[in-house]
Amino acid sequence: MILARVIGQVVSTIKLDVFKGFKLLLVQPIDIEEKPKGKILLVLDTVQAGVGDVVLVMDEGNSARTILENTTAPIRSVIVGIVDEIQTDKRGEK
Amino acid sequence: MKIGKVIGTVVCNQKVDSLIGIKLLLIQPLNEYLKEEGTPVVACDAVQAGLNDIVFYEGGREAALGLINWFNPSDLTVMGIIDSLYTEEKKK
Repeated sequence: MILARVIGQVVSTIKLDVFKGFKLLLVQPIDIEEKPKGKILLVLDTVQAGVGDVVLVMDEGNSARTILENTTAPIRSVIVGIVDEIQTDKRGEK
Repeated sequence: MKIGKVIGTVVCNQKVDSLIGIKLLLIQPLNEYLKEEGTPVVACDAVQAGLNDIVFYEGGREAALGLINWFNPSDLTVMGIIDSLYTEEKKK
């Protein structure tokens, strides 16, 4: 799983049936300093996250399909949690 | 999933049997502000997208699962057409 911040949302009417009923959010992966790192992703939201939230993104196909309880869903990236707090000793080290 | 814009179609007369009947689209990847980023790619179409549509697409194993017959060698599939996209302002 990766840490990311929600930076936007996407509205789509014509999409595959498995996407129906879920929100699509744009997320920017972040490091433990909460700095942007890497390329943006479009992910499916299962926990009602919103813009500005730091979230936990599952970026692996089989796990995503398990969450959706659909063995043939063509989905890899799913938000599985909203992060309240990150505790680490590594923050600020260079 | 990633965001892209349909900039053309690709026609192949000879292709793998499992891809017969599937439209191929030329996609220009976009960033979160809908600016072009990277080189165009060819993707299979699962939602009948057309020229100049903003779409989202997925790669890897999920690309194959996105088509009706899931046993196929697609490595990029368009899965939806984007109506609108909101991105928050970049923090300075």
